[in-house]
Amino acid sequence: MTRASLRERPAVLSNFTPESAAALSGPAWLQQRRCAAADAFWSSPLPSEKDEVWRYSRIDQLDLDRFRPAGSVSVTAPDDPGPSPSERIHTLVSSLGARAGLVVTINGVLATVASSVPDHLATLGRATERADAETFVGSVGSDPRDFWLLNDAFAIDPVLVDVQPGAVVEDPIVIVHMITGVGGTAIFPRTVIRTGTGSSVGVIEIVIDVDTGLLADLPSDGVRAPNRPLEHLVVPATELQLAEEAALDYVSVQSLGAETWQLAHQASFIGANATLRSFAVALGGKYARLRTDSALAGEGGTSMLRAAYIGRDEQMLDFRTLQDHLAPRTTSDLLFTGAVADRSHSVYSGLIRVRRGAVRSDAMQTNHNLVLGEGAHADSVPNLDIEENDVKCSHGSTVGPVDEDQRYYLESRGIEPERAEQLIVSGFFESIADQVPIAGTRSLIGRALVDRVGVHGE
Amino acid sequence: MSTGELVIEGLRAGIPGREILRGVTLTVRSGEVHAVMGPNGSGKSTLAHVLMGRPGYEVLDGSVTLDGIDLLSLPTWQRARAGLFLAMQHPVEVPGVTLIESLTAARPGVPAEEIGATDAGIGERLHEEARRIGFDERFLDRPLNVDLSGGERKRNETLQMGVLRPRFAVLDEIDSGLDVDALGAVGRRVEEATAEWGLGVLAITHFRRLLDVLHPDVVHVLSEGRVVATGGSQLAEIVDRTGYAAYV
Repeated sequence: MTRASLRERPAVLSNFTPESAAALSGPAWLQQRRCAAADAFWSSPLPSEKDEVWRYSRIDQLDLDRFRPAGSVSVTAPDDPGPSPSERIHTLVSSLGARAGLVVTINGVLATVASSVPDHLATLGRATERADAETFVGSVGSDPRDFWLLNDAFAIDPVLVDVQPGAVVEDPIVIVHMITGVGGTAIFPRTVIRTGTGSSVGVIEIVIDVDTGLLADLPSDGVRAPNRPLEHLVVPATELQLAEEAALDYVSVQSLGAETWQLAHQASFIGANATLRSFAVALGGKYARLRTDSALAGEGGTSMLRAAYIGRDEQMLDFRTLQDHLAPRTTSDLLFTGAVADRSHSVYSGLIRVRRGAVRSDAMQTNHNLVLGEGAHADSVPNLDIEENDVKCSHGSTVGPVDEDQRYYLESRGIEPERAEQLIVSGFFESIADQVPIAGTRSLIGRALVDRVGVHGE
Repeated sequence: MSTGELVIEGLRAGIPGREILRGVTLTVRSGEVHAVMGPNGSGKSTLAHVLMGRPGYEVLDGSVTLDGIDLLSLPTWQRARAGLFLAMQHPVEVPGVTLIESLTAARPGVPAEEIGATDAGIGERLHEEARRIGFDERFLDRPLNVDLSGGERKRNETLQMGVLRPRFAVLDEIDSGLDVDALGAVGRRVEEATAEWGLGVLAITHFRRLLDVLHPDVVHVLSEGRVVATGGSQLAEIVDRTGYAAYV
């Protein structure tokens, strides 16, 4: 173990040491990698707001000593007078309509695997049950690696969705990462989605604190919402590997508690003529960061990246994106849209990078922010780094209140200003939810967004 | 049948730093149709927006009352509740907000069936209004004005007027974007409203063709922010023949 002399804070990461990573069970290669990752995290300086990639964030306020990594032993939820967490997850999952398979983890430990898809089309479950897991877990990454390393070190049960070449899986596969139990737990969900050549599949990944009621379809009675929400550290990492000609629709929903820190990564590798359509929804968290990296590595690949978010109270929602064009004739189209209410804060910072040789690439990057509260604030920083001439790139962002013409139009019909704003904002998010690639999720996401914004001003 | 009047007196208004209306005076009574004609820049649209209270305009002097209620002291939504309606020249798209949602929010105290809403969604009232003006009933489900052509938006404005039944309606170039058939249907609907519930109309237009279907009782020519001529429908014919030059 090496200790870096350039560490800026004297934090003693007693809970995240290579030793504690090594104590987690798993095959030898995984244990070795956990140690190496913990070591690498431990020996590099902690992220700081002085770093450009952490500018505007709240990372300096994160005190890792307040958390300890979740163990391999499954937790039992504390006594709850209402529906049990599994009943509530069942309700949530049922609302998504028909599905081809379901994977549930509880605090990073695999709890349920159910599939109606034959193995020759797709398999899902614990990645480490596959003999060749070492070759594909971690093959897609993100740079800088910072918290990705921490996930490498402390992920317990990496989940695998493996779609065979040519397979067409009609209904989506649902992955739910449940966060529950005592406060101070650090949880590291890890998902690897591999889509074979010419295959087609939809995957919904939900990270949810079952002690909160943020998702509209969770029954609200019996929810321990009146209690002070528990503080967790949640560090999900998802790898999307698209082989040639593959099509993946990927919808992710973050519904964490109001005191939780999230440091999430979604990294995709887009093969030749493959198409990713991804949509991320951010609802909860005290500080919730999502890094989205898409490497367009094969000629003719396409990456459509969408996100919708709503900040409330003192919350900060933080998005960093990279559209990395490595191959010719690649297309990326990013649209992140959100609202900040109360005293919340959102950050969008994105980079389009077109590498030399990625000729005739087409990249778009757009970020729209509605500012709904006097104390709310949105930062939006689009960036381009173009090394090739024969390309088409555009970027733009807006930060502002509800459109004045729309408001005047509704008011001219006799609608009170507060109600007009509510209608415009909820309509805006409903129309965004209509663009979610997996149709079965649209109503849940639409209602969750509208609910989240609807209590505004009440 | 309502009786009452919309009285505009000595109205001076504009945008900060520029006076556009320089003293407009006219009175519309219930059941009457008044036309306001005038060249570009004469202040016609400013008049419409000042009456409705659009942000960005300021009133310098004068008064506007609807059945004695001082409209200028009210915010836009209360002017609408007091009985004023503005059919906009450029109705904007409001994504995700449906006609039913906006109409119910516009008249929270009114029973749902009166504005064409039912538990299942769109009720008979709305279908009937749509049929009367040839508004494609498939559009009733659409978010407000989203993906509607200019002409469809004008029909949508007319439809909302028919459902909300205001005391007075200001029609800001409702004829633009409408073909002859649509213009006929919209004009007929407005004219029928004057008889059905005594709607008073202030129709702002560039062109006489609207007036051929609306049959105004009174025509006003607006020029440089003032009413420079007032007469019967023959005034519209004169303007149509000789242009506005004589009034500028």
